[in-house]
Amino acid sequence: MEIFGIPTQALFGQLLIGLINGSFYALLSLGLAVIFGLLNIINFTHGAQYMMGAFCAWFLLNKAGIGYWWALLLAPLIVGATGVIIERLMLARLYKLDHLYGLLLTFGLALIIQGLFRNEFGSSGQPYPIPNQLVGGQNLGFMFLPLYRAWVIVASLIVCLGTWYVIERTKLGAYLRAGTENAPLVQAFGINVPRMITLTYGFGVGLAALAGVMAAPIYQVNPLMGADMIIVVFAVVVIGGMGSIMGAIVTGFGLGVIEGLTKVFYPEASNTVIFIIMAIVLLIKPTGLFGTQK
Amino acid sequence: MKRKLSSTLITAAFALGAGAAQAQISDGVIKIGVLNDQSSLYADLTGPGSTLAARLAVEDFGAAKKGMKVEVIAADHQNKPDVGSTIARTWYDTDKVDVIVDVPTSSVALAVNQITREKGKAFLVSGAATSDLTGKACSPNTIHWTYDTWMLANGTANAVVKTGGDSWFFITADYAFGHALERDVEAVVLKSGGKVLGKVRVPLNTQDFSSFLLQAQASKAKVIGLANAGGDTTNSIKQAGEFGITKGGQSMAGLLVFLTEIHGLGLERAQGLTFTETFYWDTNDATRAFTKRFAAANNNKYPTMIHAGVYSAVLHYLKAVEASKTDDGTKVIAQMKAMPTDDPLFGKGSIRADGRKIHPAYLYEVKKPAESKGVYDYYKVRATIPADQAFRPMEQGECPLVAKK
Repeated sequence: MEIFGIPTQALFGQLLIGLINGSFYALLSLGLAVIFGLLNIINFTHGAQYMMGAFCAWFLLNKAGIGYWWALLLAPLIVGATGVIIERLMLARLYKLDHLYGLLLTFGLALIIQGLFRNEFGSSGQPYPIPNQLVGGQNLGFMFLPLYRAWVIVASLIVCLGTWYVIERTKLGAYLRAGTENAPLVQAFGINVPRMITLTYGFGVGLAALAGVMAAPIYQVNPLMGADMIIVVFAVVVIGGMGSIMGAIVTGFGLGVIEGLTKVFYPEASNTVIFIIMAIVLLIKPTGLFGTQK
Repeated sequence: MKRKLSSTLITAAFALGAGAAQAQISDGVIKIGVLNDQSSLYADLTGPGSTLAARLAVEDFGAAKKGMKVEVIAADHQNKPDVGSTIARTWYDTDKVDVIVDVPTSSVALAVNQITREKGKAFLVSGAATSDLTGKACSPNTIHWTYDTWMLANGTANAVVKTGGDSWFFITADYAFGHALERDVEAVVLKSGGKVLGKVRVPLNTQDFSSFLLQAQASKAKVIGLANAGGDTTNSIKQAGEFGITKGGQSMAGLLVFLTEIHGLGLERAQGLTFTETFYWDTNDATRAFTKRFAAANNNKYPTMIHAGVYSAVLHYLKAVEASKTDDGTKVIAQMKAMPTDDPLFGKGSIRADGRKIHPAYLYEVKKPAESKGVYDYYKVRATIPADQAFRPMEQGECPLVAKK
């Protein structure tokens, strides 16, 4: 049976691939949405932090012999710590100013970090092996699904839904949301708002690093990996609505699938389809599909 | 009357003086511009390494001792034809650059080729691949040095088809280079009696090839031809391993692969790949000596054939400038074609009327991890294609410079 000239079997395979890519988009745009939605910082360094997460995993493996599973825990912590330092030393000074200063700062930081890594490591990339427990795959009939990619979908779904739950449904999340709406009042209740904000930024950065570690075995660990991703991820966040956590998750997965379908029917446009959708959404609903007027 | 005579004589004297200056080097300096990708997916296989290769060539030529002033400058064209064109025009018009070298990314090379011809300068292509540079777009101001898509097709595709790979599926980088390589390989495959079962065009610098590899898998072609280069090739090969493509009986044919990609992939993943190149660092004592000097100044990274090509081209260019006593582009290129070439990296060779540099090509296979004795010990030679067979015969190129008999 064929749909528009593509056999259904091949189509399901492409949808699954789209979901896998969507998981990376969702993880990354979640981090961005958390940082922007709660802290009002446009974090352009996100792509560089994703790349740092992947390099951290590579370092841990090649210099310290620490494998993938520990790297999943350690890399976000290490890169998150650098995020905390950036926030304390630089970003905290810009909260009183216009959004744009934060954007400029993080953009500059991204260029510096990427340039340093590229100077040191070149652009060809470093190899990083798939962990032994996830090598191989399952023949599903309509396609061969690598085990590792299935793991990526499952892991990112768990992390995304977990984060959404914490922010929208728990007391800690409530403090955070309140703190960004009215910081002095929340502080009057005895809650240390600046520390909460710093840790939240660190958490968002940690999410980016986690995505980087998960990407390391399938994409090349190379200094340019963040730059290519970040533009697409920003488009995803804009389409989903800049402040909405659930919006980022749903849009991430959804756009991954749409991009996957474009690759089947008209691959030459696969780079640009997300931006076309972004343009249309901005024209019709400027706050994004799930965003609310602030 | 007397004043008019003397002023006429003085003017005549100046005019004669100006005429004599034309046979010398313009503004006394030979300026070489290295234009390539310094920051993106091709930066390792060309990039700063090419600038270093040019400087080594200037050193080895002994410009200082011969009293010639030579300057080397570099710029990043970011793989964009508009950026490359702007830099080329500024270099030629304002910065008095005499020759541009390298220029990977065939779309940029074609643009610079046109500009160089308009301005009567010189263009030595090492990085770009499209065989159109010595075909439809050939120019009396351009020499295509290291390799081209026809040579790759003739070397790699022929070898693959002979070993039974008679049905192909192409994954092609969607711009001038990918299209040219796909066209030339398809011609070879069809001529040898093979079939092309499908093609997919992928935007340059794509991170994720899973969707395209899936289509290749579904086509059931015996060979998946990768008409791309640099980071695109490494990503394709790495991801193909995940999808069990080689286990399923299909083989990957890397149509343009460099030492830097093998280094980035690691022998575990790259073993068994066969492809054609024209230079390998471990070929003989001369290439090894050059590699030692190169690596010492290049962060211990070894030279690719593009770097070697830049060295060889600049060396021959300087010899031609010395012989013809001018740096006028068209004249120097003509002189370069008239002189046979000889350098430690490519040995003896020659340059044809259509601007094609001729030297032998080699079919290499990547060693298994157990066979490698050290860092960068990656290739073994499977076959040597002699110089007169490695490149497209001049009559087949449709180059307007070649007189039809």
